Amino acid sequence: MSDRDTILQAIRNHKRPSGAPNLAPPVPARGQVEGAARRALFIKMATAAAATVEAVDDPETIPDRVAAYLSSHNLPARLVLSSDPAVANLPWADHPMIAHRTGPATGQDHAALTPAFAAVAETGTLALVSGPETPTTLNFLPEHALVLLSASAIRGTYEELWREMRAATNDGKDWPRTVNLITGPSRSADIEQKLLMGAHGPRKLHILLLND
Amino acid sequence: MQPTSHRFTDNAHEALNNETLQQALGNVRVNFIEKRRSAVEALPEFDALRKAGREMRDRVLSDLDTHLLAFEAKVKEHGGHVHWCADAEAARQTVLKICQGAGAKRVTKGKTMIGEEIGINDFLEANHIEPIETDLGEYIIQLRHETPSHLIAPAVHVTQKQVEETFRKAHRDLDPGRNLEEPSSLLAEAREKLRQRFLSADVGITGANFLVAETGTSVIVTNEGNGDLTQTLPRVHIALASIDKVVPTLEDLTVLLRLLARSATGQEMSVYTTLSTGPRRAEDHDGPGAYHVILLDNGRSKLLGTEKQDLLRCIRCGACLNHCPIYHAVGGHAYGWVYGGPIGAALTPALIGLEETHHLPNASTLCGRCEEVCPMQIPIPNILRHWREEELQRGLAPTAMRRGIGIWAFFARRPALYRLATRIGARMLRNFAGGKGRLAQVPMATALTRGWTDMRDLPAPSGRTFHALYRQHKGQAGRSGK
Amino acid sequence: MTKENTSDRGSAAQQKRPRVALFVTCLVDLFRPTVGFASIKLLEDAGCDVEVPAAQTCCGQPAYNSGDAVNAAAIARQVVDAFEGYDYVVAPSGSCGGMISKHYPDLLAADKDYADRARRLAAKTFELTQFLVDVRKLDQVAARLDSTVTYHDSCSSLREMGVKAQPRKLLAGVDGLRFAELPDGQSCCGFGGTFCVKYPEISNRMVEEKTGNIEKTGADLLLAGDLGCLLNMAGKLKRQGSKVQARHVAEVLAGMTDEPAIGEPATGEGER
Repeated sequence: MSDRDTILQAIRNHKRPSGAPNLAPPVPARGQVEGAARRALFIKMATAAAATVEAVDDPETIPDRVAAYLSSHNLPARLVLSSDPAVANLPWADHPMIAHRTGPATGQDHAALTPAFAAVAETGTLALVSGPETPTTLNFLPEHALVLLSASAIRGTYEELWREMRAATNDGKDWPRTVNLITGPSRSADIEQKLLMGAHGPRKLHILLLND
Repeated sequence: MQPTSHRFTDNAHEALNNETLQQALGNVRVNFIEKRRSAVEALPEFDALRKAGREMRDRVLSDLDTHLLAFEAKVKEHGGHVHWCADAEAARQTVLKICQGAGAKRVTKGKTMIGEEIGINDFLEANHIEPIETDLGEYIIQLRHETPSHLIAPAVHVTQKQVEETFRKAHRDLDPGRNLEEPSSLLAEAREKLRQRFLSADVGITGANFLVAETGTSVIVTNEGNGDLTQTLPRVHIALASIDKVVPTLEDLTVLLRLLARSATGQEMSVYTTLSTGPRRAEDHDGPGAYHVILLDNGRSKLLGTEKQDLLRCIRCGACLNHCPIYHAVGGHAYGWVYGGPIGAALTPALIGLEETHHLPNASTLCGRCEEVCPMQIPIPNILRHWREEELQRGLAPTAMRRGIGIWAFFARRPALYRLATRIGARMLRNFAGGKGRLAQVPMATALTRGWTDMRDLPAPSGRTFHALYRQHKGQAGRSGK
Repeated sequence: MTKENTSDRGSAAQQKRPRVALFVTCLVDLFRPTVGFASIKLLEDAGCDVEVPAAQTCCGQPAYNSGDAVNAAAIARQVVDAFEGYDYVVAPSGSCGGMISKHYPDLLAADKDYADRARRLAAKTFELTQFLVDVRKLDQVAARLDSTVTYHDSCSSLREMGVKAQPRKLLAGVDGLRFAELPDGQSCCGFGGTFCVKYPEISNRMVEEKTGNIEKTGADLLLAGDLGCLLNMAGKLKRQGSKVQARHVAEVLAGMTDEPAIGEPATGEGER
């Protein structure tokens, strides 16, 4: 008998009915808000998790803002971009001083800009999804992770996020390799419980929140 | 790892007298307890979520095979592989085969308690494959040749000074004169050292906090991002999971996610909650080429349908450890194997046997704080008591204790005899106290009575029993009297 | 599980006085009978008729927690037999109260002669202060004590019986009494029945933490509702040479504090 059979047999021999009711679990009221309240909640929660949020009205200004971010953090003027049109088709040509390329990140990249699929206001969390235009390494290798988030993509609760993801992936058939739910920059408290930022993932998470 | 649970009392003695450890443990109760309390207070639905999560887990466990099979089918649909392993040896061999098949020389590891349970690091090394821990706490203890002492904070027993010593000893290529006073400089050094390891690993091994049957997904929850680098950069991703990790849907997952970080560290959500499904897709530009999930039984299926089944609801948050007075006093290593604290005391006998571990369920006052804070409402004190019953039935309990309880029970079941014995006992103890009101030692002392009087006085009885006085007064007054 | 509540303070005089059986507890019987008498006084003053069933020895917890379910069940049956005929069972102990009200139903669940009877007994068993406040709706006792007092909540009281506000409410009404809350009050004192002698070093660490916190309150008197905890804490305080005294909360509420505090020498008055 294979281990698979052994385990299944053992489970079938031992399992007992539970009598536990099958009721819908509570969804926290906190995330069940709309419009401006939802946007404000997202900003509040993300900021509390040490992300920084910059409101953007005109997407054309994004390369400007990125340039300003890089220089204010004393970073070299280059970054790796997602090839998603929302990012790649921005007027980077107006900023020839910023060297950019698209593709997955390497150990040499200091900063990346990638779009979020959605966000969850309940906990100030970004949802980033792997794909040919949004490689996962953009979220983790560079020290500075810049994320473009459309305000219209902010969901209130996780339940809304899952509904949207199922719809976007042909009812789960095209589910991606990686879904990253990211709440703030990387940290560790493994040294005497002292909270330190920038463990292995990005030290900084900067959210460009596009008001659309 | 070789268990030392049988010498728990000695382990505890050493731990209590280890000043460095005691200093480190002091941080645990101060930080974890308060943070959890704040997080719970900030979510009005917390208790309702606990109840819902518990019920969902119970439903899954009552039909575990169905959910595991559904999970397996989905994993395969997305191009992944599922390996069922009945015990630790099978799991080790399976991991090795996958690594050898990939020509792996170097393996990065995200934090995995199942990895500890099967002793995968030593095994890989014995087979000439280098395992590199990437979680900061795990990295520290790997350098120190230690094992984790907590479910989510593996190096909680190590002080900052010890981390510095360890890094200086291990990172010989760096300038010995460098300043490592600030913990941030220690972190920066670890980050730097591990960055190259991440990028050159052949295989990445992670745990899995949860498995989602709906999508064939394994979920990891970290704050550092090391698990993500571990499972994204190498050619192969192996996720180690025990069979109790599966949940049916993404909504079910969400209930547990809402409970986990709050119970563990007091965060609303951990920084990185990552859902991994299959290998990279044809059009992806990064991600592993192969994805393997190891489903480990190792003694869990036989807990189903028993009074210990509730242990399988555990979501490894560590709240029970953080609130346990025994854990506060002796730390995780004293328990002698992989899992410490209340869940360790309750689960370990099921995994490695009661003969080795019978101290663990006994070293508890059954204060119930663990059950109170457990997000899955696991009745740990009840389960510890069941182990004590089994210990007694199997003759593993120490003779003196067994006899003592037997004699005591003989009297307690016979009120008339009991009255007599207690009247004599009360008088005797009071006389031994010689009017001082307390005894610094008990005559005819045994190891058990010295357990009290070595460190405490024993207040003396007042000399007469309540029942004797009551009868006397009732006789005098004709009804219950003063 | 609903608890029976036959009280109605306004018409207590008109109603039949409830018949309460006192569960003395083995520790009160052996070490400190005053607690039993104080309990009777409090219950009678609260309008109850109190009896002390003779066929009681212990609730069976020592056997139960040692894994001896056979003896524990035998003792439990003995308790059911002796106590089921009363309106209420009251114990000056959260630990014994908890044993009866939370564990007897499980312990005797498989015994078809006793399962229902155990459940019914469990539903009408209370810890003393819980009974006085929640069932008898007592607001205040007529007592006075010029002392700064701190209160230790036993684990069973907190987590099995839901007792925390009740003793504090009654102590607040004691004339002259000043109350100082005990820091880290949710932590176990380290008694745990046989635990304190099976794992004495760990127990000692726990009780040291507790006495450290007790000293921090500046109280001169430690009170609690469980004698096991009190013997443990008082024993440690005495060994440490502390000036803090210890009593059972019933003694203070009943105004019966003539007897020396726990572990204090007799003043040579002679026995009661």
